[in-house]
Amino acid sequence: MAKPMDQYSWKDLPIGCVVAEPGNARDYKTGDWKSQRPVVDTAKCIKCGVCWVFCPDAAIYKNEEGYYLANLDYCKGCGICARECWTGCIKMVEEEK
Amino acid sequence: MKDKRVGMEVSIALAEAVRMANADCIAAYPITPQTHIVEHLSELVADGKLDAEFIPVESEHSALSVCAGTSAVGARTFTATSSQGLALMHEILFIVSGMRLPIIMAVANRALSAPLSIWNDHSDVMASRDCGWIQIFTESGQDTFDQTLCAFRIGEDPRVLMPTIVNLDGFTLSHVVEPLFLVSQELVERFLPPYKPLYALHPDKPLTMGAFGMPEVYTEAKKAQEVALRNSYPVILEIWKEWGELTGRHYHPVETYRMEGAKIALLTMGSFGENAMEAVDHMREKGIPVGLLKLRLWRPFPFEEIRKSVQGVETLVVMDRAVSFGGIGGPVCSEIKTALYQQSRRPKIYGFIGGLGGRDVPPEQFEEMVQQALKMKGKRQVEEFTMLGVRE
Repeated sequence: MAKPMDQYSWKDLPIGCVVAEPGNARDYKTGDWKSQRPVVDTAKCIKCGVCWVFCPDAAIYKNEEGYYLANLDYCKGCGICARECWTGCIKMVEEEK
Repeated sequence: MKDKRVGMEVSIALAEAVRMANADCIAAYPITPQTHIVEHLSELVADGKLDAEFIPVESEHSALSVCAGTSAVGARTFTATSSQGLALMHEILFIVSGMRLPIIMAVANRALSAPLSIWNDHSDVMASRDCGWIQIFTESGQDTFDQTLCAFRIGEDPRVLMPTIVNLDGFTLSHVVEPLFLVSQELVERFLPPYKPLYALHPDKPLTMGAFGMPEVYTEAKKAQEVALRNSYPVILEIWKEWGELTGRHYHPVETYRMEGAKIALLTMGSFGENAMEAVDHMREKGIPVGLLKLRLWRPFPFEEIRKSVQGVETLVVMDRAVSFGGIGGPVCSEIKTALYQQSRRPKIYGFIGGLGGRDVPPEQFEEMVQQALKMKGKRQVEEFTMLGVRE
C-alpha cells in the first residue's frame, strides 16, 4: 500500500478497488485484533512445525534456531497452534494493555 | 454496403448482435422469455459461427458469477436472463458493478412471482434498480439490435467500464418477428474495437479484485462508483451519436414524439411506446395538444433531458410497469417527480401503473389515462397513483 487506507480520497482509489500490488497484505498488520497471544516454551518444543502447518494466517515462522514462533504483527490469536501442538508447548496468554 | 432489411425474431437479432460483437464468453441459465437469445447463441457457438466459450450453469447465480470471472480475465462477456433469474443474480449484480466489470446482459423483462407469471412487465429490473449497472430500455427490434452493439461499446469504454443491461420487453419484443436493418461485420469492427481491460487476472501479473473494504474506505469506494456511473452519461451520448452517424439511426436518453406545443405529455418506457404513439396521433387529430416522452436511458438517469423535455408541459402522465409496494406507486413516476421537484415551473404529474404480468395496454387506454389525468387536475387531492384498468 502506498499509504494508509484512511488517507485515500475517492479519487485516488483504483478503478473497481483493484489491488494491483501483489502481496501488499503484509502492510496490513492484523496483530492488534487478538485478545490472546501464543507463547512458546522452547524447552518443550520438538521443532515439528505442526503449528506452522495449521496456522490459517501464515503468521508462524521458523527462527534461526529452528523453533517455530508467531509473528505477533499478524497473529490474530485464534489459538489453533496451541490446540494442535503435540507437546503442549504453546500456551495462549491474555493480551494486556 | 447498403444494409439489407430483414424479418427476424427480436431475440435472434439480439443474439446476432452478440455474434457480431464477437463475444468471448457466454454463461447463462435458460429462463422464459429470454430463452431464444441464449439458445441461438449456443447454436452459433456449437456451429463454429461464434468463437466463444458457452458455459451452461446450474443457476443464474452461477451464470453471473461465471461472467464475473471471465470478465475479470478480460474476456468480452455476455449473458441474458428474465424475472426470477435476475432476482437470483441479485447478489452478483452489485459485485460486478462494484468491481467495474463490463459484462453485457440482456433482460427480457418479465413479471416476478407470486402469482407465477411468465409474461411481461418491468418488476424484475425495477427490483434490481439500484445495482449500479447502466440500464437501457428498448422499444423495437431495431432498437434492441442496435442497443446491444452499443452496450458493448459503452460498457467497455475505458472511461466507463460498467456492466450494462439492455432491457427488452418479454414476448412483446423478444418473441415477435420484426423488420430490421442488420449492419455489416465491417461496420461493427470499426465501431467496436476489441475489449482492452484496464486490469485483467493473469498469473504473470498477480492482482486482487473484489477485496475487503474496511469502514475507512467503503464510503470512498461507493462515491467513486456513483461518480463513475454519472460520468458514463456523456460517453453514452457520444457513442450513440457515432452509431447514428454510421447507421443513420439516432438514439437519445429521452426520445420525444410530437412534443411540439404539447401541453400534455405521456411518458413510457419500453415497447409500449409504440401503442402510446398511436394514441398520441389519434388525440392530436382531435386537437388535443399531447406529446410522448420515451425514456430510453434509465441509469444513469437523464435528469437534464427530462427537465428540458417537459418545458411548457402542464400535465404529465407517467406510466409504470411495476409496483413499489406500500411506497410511491411506480418507480418511474417517483423518479420523474423527484427530478422535477426543485423546478420552479413543473407540470402536474399523474402516475398510472399498468401492463402488469402481460396485460395489454392498447392505444385507447393511453387516451383514457390522459382523460383521467385531466379530470384529476381540478381536484385538490388525488391518489398517489392509479392502477390502470383494475377491476373493482
